[in-house]
Amino acid sequence: MPDPTAPVAARLEISLWRRTADHLATLFAVSTVIIVLAPLVAIFAYLVIKGVGSVNWAFLTQTPKPPGEVGGGMANAIAGSVLILTIGSLLGVPLGIGAGIYLAEFGRNRFGDTVRFVSDVLNGVPSIVIGIVAYALVVLRQKHFSALAGGVALAIMMVPTITRTTEEMLLLVPNTLREAAYGLGIPRWRTMFSITLRTATSGVITGVMLAFARVAGETAPLLFTAFGNQYWNWRLDQPTAALPLQIFTYAISPYDDWHRQAWAGALVLIVLIVSAVAAVRFVVRRGTLGGVV
Amino acid sequence: MANQALFRPQMTGPQPVAGEKIKRQASPLLNASDGVFADRVFAWAILACAVIVLAILVLIVWQLVSRSQLSWHAFGWKFFWGQDWDPVNDHYGALPFVYGTLVSSLLALIIAIPLAVGVGVFTTEMCPRWLRGPLSFTTELLAAIPSVIYGLWAIFVLVPILRSYVQPLLAKTLGWTGLFEGPPYGIGMLAAGIILAIMIIPIISSITREVLAVVPQHQREAALALGATRWEMIRIGVLRNARAGIVGGIILGLGRALGETMAVTMVIGNRPEIAKSLFAPGYTMASVLANEFSEAAGDLYLSALIEIGLALFLVTIIVNALARFLVWSVTRGQPARARA
Amino acid sequence: MGVGIRVENLNAWYGKTQALQDINLNVQANHATALIGPSGCGKSTFIRCLNRMHETTPEARVEGKVKIGEHDAYDGTSATKLRRRIGMVFQKPNPFPTMSIYENVAAGLKLNGYRDRKHLDEVVEKSLVSSALWEEVKDSIHKKSGASLSGGQQQRLCIARALAVEPEVLLMDEPCSALDPISTGKIEELIFELKAQYTIVIVTHNMQQAARVAEYTGFFLLGRLIEYDKTEKIFTNPSDKRTEDYITGRFG
Repeated sequence: MPDPTAPVAARLEISLWRRTADHLATLFAVSTVIIVLAPLVAIFAYLVIKGVGSVNWAFLTQTPKPPGEVGGGMANAIAGSVLILTIGSLLGVPLGIGAGIYLAEFGRNRFGDTVRFVSDVLNGVPSIVIGIVAYALVVLRQKHFSALAGGVALAIMMVPTITRTTEEMLLLVPNTLREAAYGLGIPRWRTMFSITLRTATSGVITGVMLAFARVAGETAPLLFTAFGNQYWNWRLDQPTAALPLQIFTYAISPYDDWHRQAWAGALVLIVLIVSAVAAVRFVVRRGTLGGVV
Repeated sequence: MANQALFRPQMTGPQPVAGEKIKRQASPLLNASDGVFADRVFAWAILACAVIVLAILVLIVWQLVSRSQLSWHAFGWKFFWGQDWDPVNDHYGALPFVYGTLVSSLLALIIAIPLAVGVGVFTTEMCPRWLRGPLSFTTELLAAIPSVIYGLWAIFVLVPILRSYVQPLLAKTLGWTGLFEGPPYGIGMLAAGIILAIMIIPIISSITREVLAVVPQHQREAALALGATRWEMIRIGVLRNARAGIVGGIILGLGRALGETMAVTMVIGNRPEIAKSLFAPGYTMASVLANEFSEAAGDLYLSALIEIGLALFLVTIIVNALARFLVWSVTRGQPARARA
Repeated sequence: MGVGIRVENLNAWYGKTQALQDINLNVQANHATALIGPSGCGKSTFIRCLNRMHETTPEARVEGKVKIGEHDAYDGTSATKLRRRIGMVFQKPNPFPTMSIYENVAAGLKLNGYRDRKHLDEVVEKSLVSSALWEEVKDSIHKKSGASLSGGQQQRLCIARALAVEPEVLLMDEPCSALDPISTGKIEELIFELKAQYTIVIVTHNMQQAARVAEYTGFFLLGRLIEYDKTEKIFTNPSDKRTEDYITGRFG
């Protein structure tokens, strides 16, 4: 700050330094933004440039050729991802929403706080560790890798996000709506499904989509659960290919053609994730009437 | 005495007729169930869901602890500073992985912190209003990219750049430090640190944004009123208040970096050695699990790997808990206490 | 057809705080009874005890007897069944925002399992007519959401919703306090007409409203029922000094 007893010239000089510092700070901040956005732009650019050419009908419908041979596709990996994600969602979504409902309706106590805390802890567990646990619980028991094990791992990863968002969204529903329903003699369970959940639908679904988008690209927990597969597989108890797994395997391989396909697979993965999220957003917006939380 | 004007004026409409019963249909709900049974089933079902969430954590801890017992009994604490990872002779020391995890995460933090805090400060304090939304959206987009895609890009774009341009430059200018020695493979600790930095920047910057936004406006105004430049206002009026929260965000980023698997595995070189130079290949705890778990034959081998998993689990939990506590203490209503 | 309500020695607590003390009251069937008193005197708590809504607040407790018609409200049958015989209208209109006007009115029936579509149509129309809303919305009951109506219309929608389950008693907790004078007037006319078929208990802050609408009035103060009598008497010649002080505006 200016020293009022200093001669005028000195005050101006300090002022220049401080102004320079201010400009430098702004310059620094702006450059950080550019530096940070650069990889983002680069990644999307490379995905498109390197991947677009290879995403063709063959790629989307064929299974991999033996290593070294050119051609083939990732159709089984896409299908496998769908299978594993479906299993994971069937397990994780109801569980997460149920726990979220519990926390919102009955959870204002020590037990509820514990569940919330545990949910946060689970959220921070590295996905590879979750893979280990799914391996121990499912693969070791079944004696082989399986889509089910992969689904279980993904389900565990989805639950914390879904639980927290569901609770938050339900708590946003004004209590007076619940009271109106109780006043009409509607039982508690019915009120929850037909009034409270229905009002919070778009928020809850957003939470589910966030969880889904997060696990759709996960590779680590599938490495020793679903494990991967060269061929088609629709059985729950057999190893299954998955898009992220395939991308990983191809990317670290020594074959140029597989590298090319890895880019294509990455592009398909991103497009699938983004379109799934957008599609659900669109459907939810259309489906709800008038005023919605 | 009471006000006569309050007396009810004559109103039109049907008057209740004393004594005459007005016929009405019986309520259609006379026979509807009262839902007590369904209510009870509902309550138990959602309680079960909550209990299962707890059970999942219990299961994780139980499996990790019980299955690492073999290795724990064989090596004890020496497991974590043994340098020799030897599956052939069934002897396991995890120090290279611990070292690799720590160094790569530290490097990532050093790179990420100034960048992320810079982005956070820019978005909250310097950014024109119309740009704020798109900017935060794009940084969130960075967080949504799957790890394997980061790895893919790192292998084919980042690594060549490092190998051809960055590493020779670093070797020439800073080689004397001993940190930038050895053949410029491209692949190695430096690449891992850089890609990790890119991945944790969104977390740190979004928390920074959050805690900066919570600083009350009057703090900024007070600084400006004293004649501070914008940067001084930010430094004194905003950053100082949000310090604990930003540190929390940084620690959260650290937690993420510690557990990050795929991108690191793809560029770190996967060699269980400890080297001073950042050009050297390394190995992290998460990477060794990714690479060797599915092929681990032998109970001791598997147990050693699971013990690494247990260590990773414990470390990330502690780090995340610390981070969340710091962020919570700033954003939950307590105005951040100004340090004397 | 309305039924009378008999309240004996009613006490109610929120946790450790006692909200109602030894209330004894007989509500006349097919009449409107107003409950007046300053803020916090327990009148809302009182009507919420009549349909057992008080229990939905955590740590709430009730002791005493409430007889709705011949039936003891607290005798062990579920609160849910009781509440189907009693309709409630709240201070702030609360139509279900995700439902159309039709679905709002039918909610009490549909969500309790009643499925007869044709009869539902009739009930919805009849309830909307009874609540004087039919003419204004009859062309859009399926299209417009409950939340898209004006405040006064929303409250009439809530009244229609309450009437659709054919209750015997209608409880109204300051139904007009969030509304403009014109809507208030419409609803007061409505209450006047509904008295013929239902027993109405209305809590109100507005003494003039009580005087306009109700035959009987009860004055509450600090959780006790101070005086309960014909409205004319309460407002022209109250027995208790505290009642007189409140009526003449010396407090509250």
